[in-house]
Amino acid sequence: MKAKHQRLTLALLALAAVIGAALLALSALKDQASFFYAPSDVERDGLPLGKAVRLGGMVEAGSIKHLPDGISIRFVVTDGQASVPVSFSGIVPDLFREKSGVVAEGHFQPDGSFVATNLLAKHDEKYMPPQVAGAMHETKSLEQ
Amino acid sequence: MPKPWFVPAIHALANPARFLKIARPLTPLLFWLGIALAAFGCWAGLTQTPPDYLQGDAVRIIYIHVPTAWLGMAGWSGIAISSIAYLVWRHPLARVAAQAIAMPGALFAGLCLVTGSIWGRPTWGTWWQWDGRLTSMLLLFFVYLAYMALVRADDDRGGDGRIPAIFGIAGSVLLPIIRYSVVWWNTLHQGQSIGLTSSTIAMSIMWPLFFTLAGFTLFFAAIVLIRMRALIAGAKAEARLRRKATV
Repeated sequence: MKAKHQRLTLALLALAAVIGAALLALSALKDQASFFYAPSDVERDGLPLGKAVRLGGMVEAGSIKHLPDGISIRFVVTDGQASVPVSFSGIVPDLFREKSGVVAEGHFQPDGSFVATNLLAKHDEKYMPPQVAGAMHETKSLEQ
Repeated sequence: MPKPWFVPAIHALANPARFLKIARPLTPLLFWLGIALAAFGCWAGLTQTPPDYLQGDAVRIIYIHVPTAWLGMAGWSGIAISSIAYLVWRHPLARVAAQAIAMPGALFAGLCLVTGSIWGRPTWGTWWQWDGRLTSMLLLFFVYLAYMALVRADDDRGGDGRIPAIFGIAGSVLLPIIRYSVVWWNTLHQGQSIGLTSSTIAMSIMWPLFFTLAGFTLFFAAIVLIRMRALIAGAKAEARLRRKATV
């Protein structure tokens, strides 16, 4: 009986240590393991120049501008505290639209703007039918 | 120290003969009920719900993707709990349970990655990105494969199953990482949609998910019971052969 209790304590301690290690690793890796820079990260830590990075945030309402060449666009990525102007030429994903999440792959220019080589649409955790969304969101797709 | 109420129940189930007596009729019940619920959920999800306002019909993959993600993680929780039970009480049924969960757990973790990838292509515009959620789930899939290989190696060597059990506990390091990756890191994967008390999925879209979640869970349990019975039968046959060889 005694040995069994000892093993139970040991096993539970081991489990607690493993879970604790995971949580510590998660919080320690907070900066390094992020998938993208948010505009306010860039404002706080300076521009990550000279390397390929990802920039993520919301496409600012009314900021998408089509250039005359037909395939280039400019828009502004914001996280509510800071914003970064982005330029991109190529095909955008279907879900790329204003007031919606985006992750841009590319690099920063010394003037603080961002040149994207690829765009990913970031979906948020809300799922709803079109009738409900129509009342709550005024989303405009690029084609309109 | 008084024993909690569930201890007699666990002791009763831990008797292999009694376990087999209960598992035999329970297996087809769980199997067919699970198939029926999952099939109804899939049918309802494909025909009875509105499309999403942004994703359109691509949203319907949640009726498969969410149950596979849940079972991939619940499977490893089961392996971890059984491993602790085996290390502490040294009961052979706990070892059998952990081994039986590994294959369906790996299968569902793999299905979770595949369905997520199929959804990611039209929604995000990419099949795969090395973001925190996707990478940690891929690691869990590899950990399942490693666990199965370790169990096989331990059996071949005539081990007592303690090393796979320790691996089963250590592997649970991934569970909180997967769960909190979207909370604590910037990820491409969206945040948590379904919580215990609230959800950001409209009920008109979500309701078939309850059927597929319950259905796939029962199906998973049936597979685990089938595999446990097969492992027990295999051990019995081996013991009989060994007895015959020594006579």
